Order: sequence, then structure tokens, then C-alpha cells
Amino acid sequence: MAKQAIFEEHPEVARRFPDLHPPFEPQQAVVEANRCLNCFDAPCTAACPTHIDVPKFIKKIGSRNLRGAAVSILDANVLAESCSRVCPVEVLCEGSCVMHRYNKQPIEIGRLQRHAMSTFYDSGAQIPKRNSPARKEKIACIGAGPASLACAAELRQQGFNVTIFDKRPLPGGLNTYGVAEYKLRAADSLREAAAILELGVEYRNEEIADDAALAKLEQEFDIIFLGIGLGQMHKLGVAGDATGGVVDALEFIAGIKMGTTLTVGKNVIVVGAGNTAIDAAVAAVRLGASNVHIVYRRDEKSISAFDFEFEHAKQEGVKFVWQTLPVAVHSDGGNAKALECVTVQVDAAGKFTQVQGSNFQMACDMVIPAIGQSPLLDFLGKFRDLKVEKGRIVTDRATGATSIGKYFAGGDCINGGREVVDAVADGKRAALGIAAKLAGGK
Amino acid sequence: MADLKINFAGIKSPNPFWLASAPPTNCGEQIMRAFDAGWGGAVWKTIGEPITNVSSRYSSVDWAGQRMMGLNNIELISDRPIEVNLREIAEVKKRYPDNAVIASLMVETKRETWHEMVKRAEDAGADGLELNFGCPHGMSERGMGAAVGQDPVYAQMITEWVKEVAKTPVIVKLTPNITDIRVAARAAKAAKADAVSAINTINSITGVDLDTFEARPNVGGKSSHGGYCGPAVKPIALNMIQSVMADPTAALPMSGIGGISNWQDAAEFFLLGCGSVQVCTAVMHHGYRIVEDMVDGLGNWMDSKGFKTIEDFRGLTISKVTEWKHLDLNYKIVAHINEQLCIGCDLCHIACWDGAHQCIHMDRVEGPRDGHVEIHTPPAEFERRSKASIAVTPIPKLDHASMEAHGPYATPLARIPRVDETECVGCNLCSLVCPVENCITMVEVLTGAAPETWNERTGGTGRPLTQTVTT
Repeated sequence: MAKQAIFEEHPEVARRFPDLHPPFEPQQAVVEANRCLNCFDAPCTAACPTHIDVPKFIKKIGSRNLRGAAVSILDANVLAESCSRVCPVEVLCEGSCVMHRYNKQPIEIGRLQRHAMSTFYDSGAQIPKRNSPARKEKIACIGAGPASLACAAELRQQGFNVTIFDKRPLPGGLNTYGVAEYKLRAADSLREAAAILELGVEYRNEEIADDAALAKLEQEFDIIFLGIGLGQMHKLGVAGDATGGVVDALEFIAGIKMGTTLTVGKNVIVVGAGNTAIDAAVAAVRLGASNVHIVYRRDEKSISAFDFEFEHAKQEGVKFVWQTLPVAVHSDGGNAKALECVTVQVDAAGKFTQVQGSNFQMACDMVIPAIGQSPLLDFLGKFRDLKVEKGRIVTDRATGATSIGKYFAGGDCINGGREVVDAVADGKRAALGIAAKLAGGK
Repeated sequence: MADLKINFAGIKSPNPFWLASAPPTNCGEQIMRAFDAGWGGAVWKTIGEPITNVSSRYSSVDWAGQRMMGLNNIELISDRPIEVNLREIAEVKKRYPDNAVIASLMVETKRETWHEMVKRAEDAGADGLELNFGCPHGMSERGMGAAVGQDPVYAQMITEWVKEVAKTPVIVKLTPNITDIRVAARAAKAAKADAVSAINTINSITGVDLDTFEARPNVGGKSSHGGYCGPAVKPIALNMIQSVMADPTAALPMSGIGGISNWQDAAEFFLLGCGSVQVCTAVMHHGYRIVEDMVDGLGNWMDSKGFKTIEDFRGLTISKVTEWKHLDLNYKIVAHINEQLCIGCDLCHIACWDGAHQCIHMDRVEGPRDGHVEIHTPPAEFERRSKASIAVTPIPKLDHASMEAHGPYATPLARIPRVDETECVGCNLCSLVCPVENCITMVEVLTGAAPETWNERTGGTGRPLTQTVTT
């Protein structure tokens, strides 16, 4: 595992971001595995975007066939370790567990999967290589996030030559740079990405930004997969939003994960109430901020984060300010010192109205906008024939094919920003689509 | 309030729960603690010429994460001098005159030796004697234990020797390691034994270590077959007890043994004719304290049924077991699935398709139909469809109202199986695999045909009458 040596977690980050869900002890896992009913055509498997055969791998854990469990999971989802940590299992496999229907705790599928995968990688095992005849076709995957990694892994297993391009030095995309550290450590994301590269996938730390680079790529590769994700986070769009101390949530989290952001001020305000906002707010608490507020323009019922994320934030001490909209960032000496807000009301049609004279100021040392990512419209604009709707590349869902024959796509850039497991499913479907296309002759 | 006192073949006990002759009855100190905990009686760990034991001695079978579904031992009879055991029997009887103390005995096959042993045990104050003709390991290699129990001639002879001198009731403990346990019971009865007890442990090897390839339990790299007991053996014990109790030439007062872990198990043994029960594995697992619920639970159940004593219901089930040829071929039941309780695990569907008669189908979503339905989509097709479907994580911001369709909710119709009652053979399998109590019930269907057994149909010949050819 030489590739792991390229990254070491900062000890302070490790101390402040311990595992949110501790792993199972081996015997605990067997006991939990034995609770599973082994449903036929299991709802958990159907709910999983990558359709991991959940009863199958749980049965294997029960029989202490841990290698078999991991291999059967990898067969469906090559990013199974990160998914086991970051998946919102409450709304996926565990949410669909039949145990709910007779007042029993759902099976802890996520932790069982993690047990199988951690044991597998901890033992130094590698993803089993399929014995496929070598193919001459070359495929480029732009972006090194979960969609591209899943696409690349499947294509490589089918014998194709695959190269992943990313502007960041380390592979993994948001798995490496954007997931709350207490859910998935950058080091674990990199271990998993390394296992995929080990299959024979090439990684190039190059940004494909301009027409020249694209033209060169099109010349060198038969098929290009776009796993480019989304672009920059939205700016606040208010006076002073570029002042010091205003840092968007993804940049903030990446700084922590890379060990470059280890302190925050006393008062931190996060704007927005999605899952990323929660991650940022909790991270601010963990880094020692004494007052962390989430400011959200809608009410509590309309929060866009998952329920369990909302609960987690409250437990960590994050406070919420509802129906409030920032209107200006006031600074002192170039750094944010207060966020001016206004109370808003929303009518039945969803229209916001600012309440006159309700302006108030919240003291802050840091403002973290977490109001979504914008699509990479500039980049997508370079393709004249690429069909894009609402900022998302339009694809055939079953194959990932875009409106341009040479291009396939998957992940956040086609689904608008969902979960890692959705990106993995998109990437794998696209790989199968690409393989089918190449099998039929160009 | 139910009265749990018993008089078992002349042995009085405050309740029918006895400790079986085993490690929990190794010494007086243990037995006195057991009586304090509420046990009615105890059969002393078998007394005989002291032996030397090995280590280890026990091994077990775990099942689905639970420990000790079955327990196996290669321990021999008491390793303590006869006089020490007898002295302690005397002391226990002095302190606990109302509890039953039965001396389990095993000595070499010599008339005088048995005579002497019986007299000494009775002199010590034992309320009864149990002849250990069942120990399946070690002692049997020396011509004792199961070696006696497996030979009706020897069993009868030794029992007769004992009866020549015994003043207290004599119980013969039967081995299950025999083709027909009734043969041994008949020998005991012929020898005028006062009672029998069954079953002793079953020959077993509990498992093999997959790293060392050595069997369990392991004694320095070697193993030896042991005696199996615990919850796993209960059905075998019930069958053997029923077969003895249903046979007038074998039936005697029966002390039931074999996997009894709670009052419900015990009640089943009484219903099959037992007058007392003996417990070992459950105590080795959880301690003497388990007797409290045995007494309490049995009493509550008896009160709910209106039974005042054990005798009120003892043996009620014996006549309800018969030979297969006397079962009604025209009795028909079919599976019924309670849609309100169904959780959609669909284990009944796969069990019926792969393990039974292919009559539970997953076609409910297609709605009601007129007449007979025959849509036999094989199980693999459902799995294929599920894995080919495109599922995404529901994201509130992106999916708006569709969030309501996810999470814990009542089972969707598509996952509630349908029983094809015209095909259902009423085998019970689906109701056995269903994890939800009372969700699948077997409902009687009136066929209109008069009851008819195989015996009746074949005129007692055992062969179908329609097959006979006239010349």
C-alpha cells in the first residue's frame, strides 16, 4: 500500500474528528449479521443505488467468510468502503429494512458493510482482478471522484485502457476533499482510490479546462466520460461577501481534511441548511468555535438536510436561526465581524418576503456559505452539441450516454448533486454503456 | 393456585423440577444451594468407584449467534470417593428433609457389588435410586453405562439384582443410543423397576476445528465421542418418551430428561406422560436461578388452564400421537397470510418455491382477477428486475414530494405474497419460516370428504387397493 504514504492525517484533525459511528468488533458483527432475516429479493438491495446484494454479504459475515462478503460487495460497488461510511443509510438500505415494520431495529447494514470492507483492506487485500482479454480502446475519465473511479474500475476490469484526469493532486474527489472527516477520513478515501488505480487505471493530475486540452483528449481517447461533478459553491450574493473570513463550506472542509485549517474564531455562522451546511457547522464546533449558528431562510420543517443530520447538528450544539436571510457582511480590518440579516416570510406559493425593519446583526468571526454548488456551465458550454438541462448533462439513465456519441457522463453533473453511492451507480452504468457501445463497433 | 407437589413412584418432591445427574449435582454444597434456589429434587452425580477425568470435557454447538444450542461432554461419573458422596447425601437430607435426593449409581456388573452399593446409598438417606444405564462415553468402554442400557438382558439382570435389596423406588435411566428405546424400557419393566428416566445423552461429535482439523472437545489433539444434550435434543427426547409411554409393555412412571430449559418445555414433557423432569444444560448455562421461572411459569399456566396438580394434565398428549397410517388423508389446511402483519420479507415465497410446492407467488400488485390465477414468475426473475432498476438516494431538495414514498411505512402490496390455495398442500413450511408471529396461519378447508386414513383406504394392507389386479 505504498500509495497511502502520500498522505498522512494531521494528528490534530484525528483528535478532533473521531469516528462518528465506531466500527463493529468481530463478534458484534456476527451477532448483528445473525439478526438479518435474509429477505428474498430484499428491499435493502433494491433501495441501494448500486444494488449491493445485502442479504448475501450479511450471510457471509454470519458465517465468518469476511473475504467473500467484501468481494461480493465490491462486485456491485467498487467504492464500497467509502459508501459504508458516508451513505445516508437511513433513507436507503436501512430505511427500507423490513424490521421497521414490526417494531424492531433495522439491521445495521452500513456498519456491517464497513466491517467487511475495513477487514478486507486492513488485511492488505486488493480488489480481485477479472481475467478479461486486453482491449485496445482507450477511455478518459474527467474528474477523479466516485463516478469516474467507478466507471474506470469497471472498464479496466473489462480490459480497457483507462486514464483519469483531475486538477487536484489526490484522487477521490469529494470523498477525499469534501466528506466530513468523522464520517470518512481522507486517508481511507485514498486507500480505496489506490486500490482502483492498482487495477491498472492511470491517474493524471491535469486540468482539462480549455478547448486545446479537450481537442487533444478527443484525439487520444475513444470515449470520454464526464465525472466532473459540480462547480464552485454559490456566493452569498450580498454586500461584503468577498471579505476575509467568508469561506465556502467545501473549501472550509477541504482545508480541515488536508490539515491546513485547524482553528476557527469564536463565532461562526453557516448560511444554508443542507447536509454540507451541517458538516461545516459541526466541523466548526469540533475546531473549538463556541457559538455556531446555522442561518436558514425557511422554517425548521423545510430543512433540506436529512433528519439524522439535523439531529446530529443539534446534539453537537449547533444553534439554528430560522426564516432569516443574510443581507450584508460587515467587516473590520478586512475580516468579517457581523452578519446583517433580515427576517423573511414565505407564502404558500413559496415566495419570500422580507419583513420591513426586521434587520439585525449577528456577531461573527467567520461566515460559511453552504447554499449549494453551481453547475460547471462554462466548461459545459465548450461542447456545442451537449444537451444540458437545469445545469445538468442530459443522459440516457441506463447507459450514461450523452447527446454526443463520444461522451458519457455520470455523478453530480448529471443528477444535480446526490450521494457518493449515486455517483458510483452512474459511473458503473456508464462503464457498461461504454463497453456495450465499443462491443458493437464504433 | 396450582399445587406443584408430586409423588413420583413413591418419591415425594415439593415440585417436579429435579436436577439431572450431572455436574450441577456434583456435591452436597451445590445441591443445597440448588434447593435454596427452589429445585424440588436432585439426582446425585453418578456414584461409583472414582474415576479420573480428562481436560477439556465439554464442547457445544452455537446457532445463529446464540450459545449452546447443544452441549456435549466427555466427563465420566463422580471422581470423588463413594464415602464422601454418601456422607454428603446424609447431610443434605438432614438439612433438606422435604427435597428429593436420588442417588445415581453405576458399578461393575457384579451382583454383590450392586447389592452393597444400593444398601450404602439407602443407608445414607437417599429417597430413591437411579441406575445409570446410559452414560455413552468412557464408562461404556468398561462394560458399564450405555453398554448395559443397550443390552436388554444385562439391563434386566442388573435391575433385578437391585430390586432384590432396594427399599426405595428404583428408576432406570435409559440410553437413546439404541434403535428402539422401548426394548430397554420393557426390560426395566420386566425387572419390576419402579420408574424409568429418559433420555440420557446422545452420542456426538460437536464439530471440527477448521485450522487444526481436530474434533471437539479437544484433549491434547485428540477427541472422543461424547454425550449430546441441551435444547437441540428435546424433540428426540419427546419422541422417545412418547414411544415408551404409549406402549403398555414398557410404560412406567417417567422422569423426563432432554433439553428442558423452561416451564414450557417441562409442560410438554408432562403432557407426554412424565411425572417429573430433570434439567442439566440450562443450569450449566445460566445457573440454579432458572428454576424460579420454571415454578412460577408452570403454576401460572396451570392456573390459566384450570389444572390443580400435575396429574390433572399428565399424559394428555400421549393418545394424540399415533402412527402415520392413522392420520386423516382428507384433512386439508392452506396457508393464509395476514396482510396487516406481513412485513414483506418474502421468505415464504422463496421457501415455497425452492423448498415446497411453488404455490406462493409475488403477483399481488397486478390486482384482483376473475377465476383461477396461474402466474408462475420464477424467483430469479424478481431479483433480476430489482437489480436492473435505477434507484437513487432521495434528496429533499431535488425530489420534493417524493420523499414521502421512502422510509418505514406499511408493506407495499407488491411485496405481500399471494397463496394459491388450489395448489397449497398445507405443509406448514411458510408459516415456519415467517418471522412474524401469527402472520401466516394455516386455515382448515372443508373438503366435504369423510375422514379416511391410509390404513382404511388400503383395508389394513398398507398397499393401495386400486393396484390389485383380478385374474
